[in-house]
Amino acid sequence: MSTYVLKRIITIVPIFLLTTLLTFGMINLSPVDPAEAYFAAAHIQATDEMLEQKRHEFGLDQPLFIQYVNALIKICQFDFGISYVTNKPVWEEISSRMPATIQLTIGSLLIAILVSVPIGFLAGIKKNSGIDHFSRFLSFIGASIPSFWLGYLFIFFFSVKLDLFPVEGTGTWKHLILPSVTLAFPLIALYTRLLRASVLENLQESYVLFARTRGIHEKIIMGKHVLRIAISPMITGLGMNLGNLMTGAVIVEAVFSWPGFGRLFIDAIFNRDVPVIQGYVLLAAGLFLISNLIVDLIQLYIDPRISRKERQYQ
Amino acid sequence: MKAKLRDILKSQKVIVICSLILCVLFLITIFAPWIAPNEPIAVNLTHKLQQPSLDYPLGTDHLGRCTFSRILYGARISIGFAMLIFISALSIGLIIGIIAGYKGGWVDQLLMRFGDGLMAIPSLLFVLGFVGIWGAGLKQVILGLILVQWVYYARVIRGMVLSLKEQNYITAAIISGSSTWTIMKKHIIPNVLPSLAVMGTLEMGWAIMNLSSMSFLGLGVQPPIPEWGAMIHEGKSYIRTHPALMIYPGLMIMLVVVTFNLLGESLSERFGVKRR
Repeated sequence: MSTYVLKRIITIVPIFLLTTLLTFGMINLSPVDPAEAYFAAAHIQATDEMLEQKRHEFGLDQPLFIQYVNALIKICQFDFGISYVTNKPVWEEISSRMPATIQLTIGSLLIAILVSVPIGFLAGIKKNSGIDHFSRFLSFIGASIPSFWLGYLFIFFFSVKLDLFPVEGTGTWKHLILPSVTLAFPLIALYTRLLRASVLENLQESYVLFARTRGIHEKIIMGKHVLRIAISPMITGLGMNLGNLMTGAVIVEAVFSWPGFGRLFIDAIFNRDVPVIQGYVLLAAGLFLISNLIVDLIQLYIDPRISRKERQYQ
Repeated sequence: MKAKLRDILKSQKVIVICSLILCVLFLITIFAPWIAPNEPIAVNLTHKLQQPSLDYPLGTDHLGRCTFSRILYGARISIGFAMLIFISALSIGLIIGIIAGYKGGWVDQLLMRFGDGLMAIPSLLFVLGFVGIWGAGLKQVILGLILVQWVYYARVIRGMVLSLKEQNYITAAIISGSSTWTIMKKHIIPNVLPSLAVMGTLEMGWAIMNLSSMSFLGLGVQPPIPEWGAMIHEGKSYIRTHPALMIYPGLMIMLVVVTFNLLGESLSERFGVKRR
């Protein structure tokens, strides 16, 4: 099992290298000259000399390969450069905004799991019942509703009409509810659907039949065996979806004026603040890879069949 | 013949209804200038923020533009560009998938590993990053969406080509001296196209949703061009007094995306095509 874990960790390295290469290529192929972008973001009319000096400072006069290696070394030290707009290190900017985004994503993950596990599970056990139809409806609407629109609908009904929650901003738990539910909606759709399909599939397995013939109580079979194994694809979905969650957060933060790093990113796009953009993309890709790794490891713990399969291959 | 048609209509209710809705939408996109009662970008400040009337079926926005006409024209932008994204991504994916699957070896490895790298970055995040570095604008958003999308087609097509290559009739065609190009045209492409059509239906919803998300953030379609996401962006300031400005365009996005998704689902169930 430990070799599997080690192997899984090592596979991350080349993929992350590829993503750094992609972002590096994207920046170098773009028509934007970082030196010009720097002065434009700072609202300075630059002379040719100043541009030349800045290019030298950024190391743009060196060969591409050297530039890439230098960038890579810096990235490994969490040094993503300095924001053109605020002149602060990008890492500092991002990490100061991180708690708000983490709060939001954890809130929505909790809501998504609390809602989708019971619905998906019951829908799977009671196929074609009322709850099953409801779950299918929910997963269709959830997958097709634009989250920014949903956010404004929530604001309209719950803040403007009913005055239950504040329109925007942070502070109390009440501020967290509407944005988290908005962000959770597509996740609820996906998880409900995954869990339902997986429960249905597992009910056909011979271990269920075996447990039934042994006279084990139906509740124990469902709760202890089926749910435990059926939840596995949902956990994969969770890992796969963390990236969507991060981009979803960008939109939800824009709707609710949530001060997380999604907002920072949008501002950076409008200001052409290349280091912040690059830092955000790399960080998000890194988080995405690591979360997928963690999800795989959790699955290994939950479903013992995976590690057994791995051992067979070795 | 008639009975058969009725059977199909009955058993494939969802497919028939969705196709009908889509046909209506396509007609709207084509005939928008003839259906729309007003110019979508004509500013008339004396008529601003009006309630629905005969002249303006859904009222007017903060610049006195007809909401109904803007929604009709918006269908043009959303569906038109989603088609453009779909067709471009599909063509790139088709070419690269076929090359990777048919040639195999290091070409295959190189192309597929490049695809893995692209897929390691969450797709919308890649588009945001791409737009951030190359500058905001419709062209960049569309290019970004195509860039993240072709990988999925390429992977599916490569898989299909790999299994097709093993078929006896392909071997027979090679032995009988057909050129690679003929084999592609006559045997491989016709075989992969049906599955791609199903996949494409699902992807249309994706493209429309993401295009409008980008426009909502102010990165894609720029005002005054009517696009549903951009309309919500403009209407959000009037949420307290005129919520209709933001509700109608959102309903349209949802209607179109639900229709495409339902149709894609039903088609893939019917023809046994796997989702990505």
